[in-house]
Amino acid sequence: MSSIEAHLPILQVLVPLFGALVSAFFRRGVFAWAVALVVSWACFFISAWLLVKVMQTGQTLSYVMGGWSVPQGIEYRIDVLNAFVLVLVTSVGAVVMLYAKRSVAHEVDTHRQAWFYTMYLLCLTGLLGITVTGDAFNVFVFLEVSSLATYVLIALGRHRRGLLASYQYLIVGTIGATFYVIGIGLLYVVTGSLNLGDIAERLGPASADYSRPILAGLAFLTVGICLKLALFPMHVWLPNAYAYAPSVATAFLAGTATKVAVYLLLRIYFTLFGKAFTFAQLHVAEVLLVLSVAAMFLASFSSVFEQHAKRMLAYSSVAQIGYITLGISIANQLALAGGIVHLFNHAVTKAALFLAMGAVFYRTGTLRIDDFAGLGRKMPLTMAAFVIGGLSIIGVPGTAGFVSKWYLAIGALEKGYWPLVFVIMLSSLIAVVYIGRIVEAAYFREATDRVASVREAPASMLVPLWILTAATVYLGIDTRATADVALSAAKMLLGGGR
Amino acid sequence: MNLALTPENLILAALAIPTLAALLIPLCHRAPNLREAVTLISAGMLAIVVWHLLPHVMAGGRPEVALFRILPGVDLAFKVEPLGLVFALVASSLWPINSIYSIGYMRGNGEPRQTTFYVCFAVAIASALGIAFAKNLFTLFIFYELLTISTYPLVTHKGSEEAMQGGRVYLVLLLATSMVLLLPAIIATGVVAGTLDFAPGGILAGKLSPLLLGALLALYVFGIGKAALMPFHFWLPAAMVAPTPVSALLHAVAVVKAGVFTVLKVVVYVFGLDVLSKSGSSEWLTYVASGALLLASLIALMQTNLKARLAYSTVSQLSYVILAAALATGAGAMGGALHIVMHAAGKITLFFCAGAIYVAHHKTEIHQLDGIGHKMPITMFAFLIGSLSVIGLPPLGGSWSKWLIGLGSVDAGFSFVIGVLMLSSLLNVAYLMPIVARAYFVPSPGEQRPPGDGRMQEAPIACLVPMVCTSLLCLILFFFAGDVERLIALAIAKP
Repeated sequence: MSSIEAHLPILQVLVPLFGALVSAFFRRGVFAWAVALVVSWACFFISAWLLVKVMQTGQTLSYVMGGWSVPQGIEYRIDVLNAFVLVLVTSVGAVVMLYAKRSVAHEVDTHRQAWFYTMYLLCLTGLLGITVTGDAFNVFVFLEVSSLATYVLIALGRHRRGLLASYQYLIVGTIGATFYVIGIGLLYVVTGSLNLGDIAERLGPASADYSRPILAGLAFLTVGICLKLALFPMHVWLPNAYAYAPSVATAFLAGTATKVAVYLLLRIYFTLFGKAFTFAQLHVAEVLLVLSVAAMFLASFSSVFEQHAKRMLAYSSVAQIGYITLGISIANQLALAGGIVHLFNHAVTKAALFLAMGAVFYRTGTLRIDDFAGLGRKMPLTMAAFVIGGLSIIGVPGTAGFVSKWYLAIGALEKGYWPLVFVIMLSSLIAVVYIGRIVEAAYFREATDRVASVREAPASMLVPLWILTAATVYLGIDTRATADVALSAAKMLLGGGR
Repeated sequence: MNLALTPENLILAALAIPTLAALLIPLCHRAPNLREAVTLISAGMLAIVVWHLLPHVMAGGRPEVALFRILPGVDLAFKVEPLGLVFALVASSLWPINSIYSIGYMRGNGEPRQTTFYVCFAVAIASALGIAFAKNLFTLFIFYELLTISTYPLVTHKGSEEAMQGGRVYLVLLLATSMVLLLPAIIATGVVAGTLDFAPGGILAGKLSPLLLGALLALYVFGIGKAALMPFHFWLPAAMVAPTPVSALLHAVAVVKAGVFTVLKVVVYVFGLDVLSKSGSSEWLTYVASGALLLASLIALMQTNLKARLAYSTVSQLSYVILAAALATGAGAMGGALHIVMHAAGKITLFFCAGAIYVAHHKTEIHQLDGIGHKMPITMFAFLIGSLSVIGLPPLGGSWSKWLIGLGSVDAGFSFVIGVLMLSSLLNVAYLMPIVARAYFVPSPGEQRPPGDGRMQEAPIACLVPMVCTSLLCLILFFFAGDVERLIALAIAKP
């Protein structure tokens, strides 16, 4: 047991990787699903174990690959922040896999289903790898692994526009990854190291002579990661990608991909460069603030006019990411904690909402909001889950979304940015309109012929959906698990966390 | 867990009973009589529980219960104090009466989706009690939002296009004011005062300049949309699409009362009457509330739909309470709190009458009511009682609250308010009495029969009995106003 414990960090990545290999040998989707399910839950237990270890010892876990010591070797470092993100990614994956069997069978061609699960496991590997590693180039490797797997996942649906959306994401994503590697390259030239901690130490002395390349490196890293993050206006790939991907892929990606990118941004800004340099030298705060507010309003407005339910939720995601980056731009402990906790809360909520849409698509075959008429009576449990998720997006107290907004508002107020408090609340109001449209269609209109004969979604879909929905409510009431962790993570990051 | 009838357990019971009712009612979906029995029994039990808290509070006890921590420094906690108990008594006493009426109305009209109706009602009552017993601003806010959300299905109950539109205005306006104005006010209070707990004498003493105090008060008063202070009153006429028992709930039992109660609570327990009067930060509010009061009465005069006229009347009456709070004196606060009670009794009677007329004759416009007094003598008599109470004439309860508010305004040095009260009483007469007069003395259109031919077509008995009860209540409250005042006085007593 203790030997497993010693190798947990690398197991976190190896288990899904080998799972993907195994899954690739299967022809029948259902066997690949079984592998994916078992692997996802194994990953969840590993990440939970890691989080408990980090919380108990209060220290950063360090694991070097193959015994090669830093800085030549690749090091995996796990502190409170990435343990938290690991748990998030694996828990979303585990719950979504419970749901996946019927949904994927319905939305992906039979001969491709096994590939779907293989790609999912590769994507999981990549995302977990980004989160767990402490080596800058290793991040790039996993970034590309997860991105390539994502491009395939998006294209595996039956919708023809999925292929186009995947291609669009491919172009944009590759640019983002390339910018990232350029940024890392510049830092390598200046510091001679690829280990995140090492670079952080060496940047200090080097910044006197090499301030230009370092600044350029920071700029490239920012843009590259923000492309992956879907920060406005670099979000254009996201709406179509989420809309036309299979429901399981959308739910999983909405809950994980952009969140891992946020984690990466936090690492770069606070661990690598340190708060002082990042915010003083590059005016990151101002830029992020303006773009975040733009995202919060403009993306929410785009949601209001959308007829395609998944694309509407995708624009909503872009707006919610704006809240997270707003917390980063304010950069005091409370606001940053608000951003980090929203990372978790939004992931859970959005995954639940996309699972609900997947259930609706499974039964009705349509995703147009106009066709949702009368669903409140035909699929009561599914729509009830949607309403609760919607309330969380709006930020009603008692749901997870409220907690994030609370911390963001207090953080903004403590820094003296009181107009921001009103901005945060006003933009949340727009969510009332776009969530309200689906509520009105589902509960106030008579069912059309199209949906006249639908039944409630099957239990295998309802249970995961309601697990996430219940989590949305639970996390709005008992905030110890998320908010306290976020607060200590924020403290660590702002303190120069290393 | 201690199951004795301690005050703490009473608080928990008061919250648990309507919640459990909300959970049980859907299970009785197929047995309507059992389902209605659940509502009635819960309502009865709730009233008993809340009334049992009265002796504890009169004796000086302030029982409290903390449930759990939500955010650092913010608990979900409850504490019973005199003002809150007044609101809780109003809500819990009127719920059984409203339930009996609802049964009569819903069955009389053959309304659909009755299970959803009773469930949402129960949740709304639970929220109202949560607001009444909240120990801190955060707990109050949670239940305030829950009240908005649980009443939305009630407002849109008819399911028509019109109901949907009304529901939109209702939901958006209330959520907008609470999220954009009230929540920032609460957060600002937390940051400035360091706590969100209510305290006698307020928590903002010496923390803010008069200008900022006034600004914060504005955020609160406009943010508490349920108090319907103009210009954020539009949700109230929009909510008229709801069935009449819901209107009664909105106007008398829970929603608007929650609004003005919150305003009073914030003024007394967050700002503090002394802090406000010394700084003069609420002076602007006396003018705004006076203006709203008169304007709403004028608009009421122009309405031809009975429920719309009553809705604007409510807007005006709520401004009485806000005005009383703005006076920042003990007498004013007492007048405002008393008005919550008196207006509840009067308005619920008026709405019961309006609903009865709809059930019996399907008439909604005021000009259709000529001569209806002969077919519905009991209803129109109750309407007369309710009107007199709202106008503020003795021997009905409404006279005492207006009297106290007038007293409070002289105390505070705003004698012009007396003129405002006089003028608005005249306007009340103008928009309420003609309805009664025409009902009795003008022959109904198209009927040549002389009045008094004895053909009565009253509402169902389940509608009549509550109506008579509440009109009697208006009368009884006149004589027991002193007891209510004694309870309220404990709230504003110097600590």
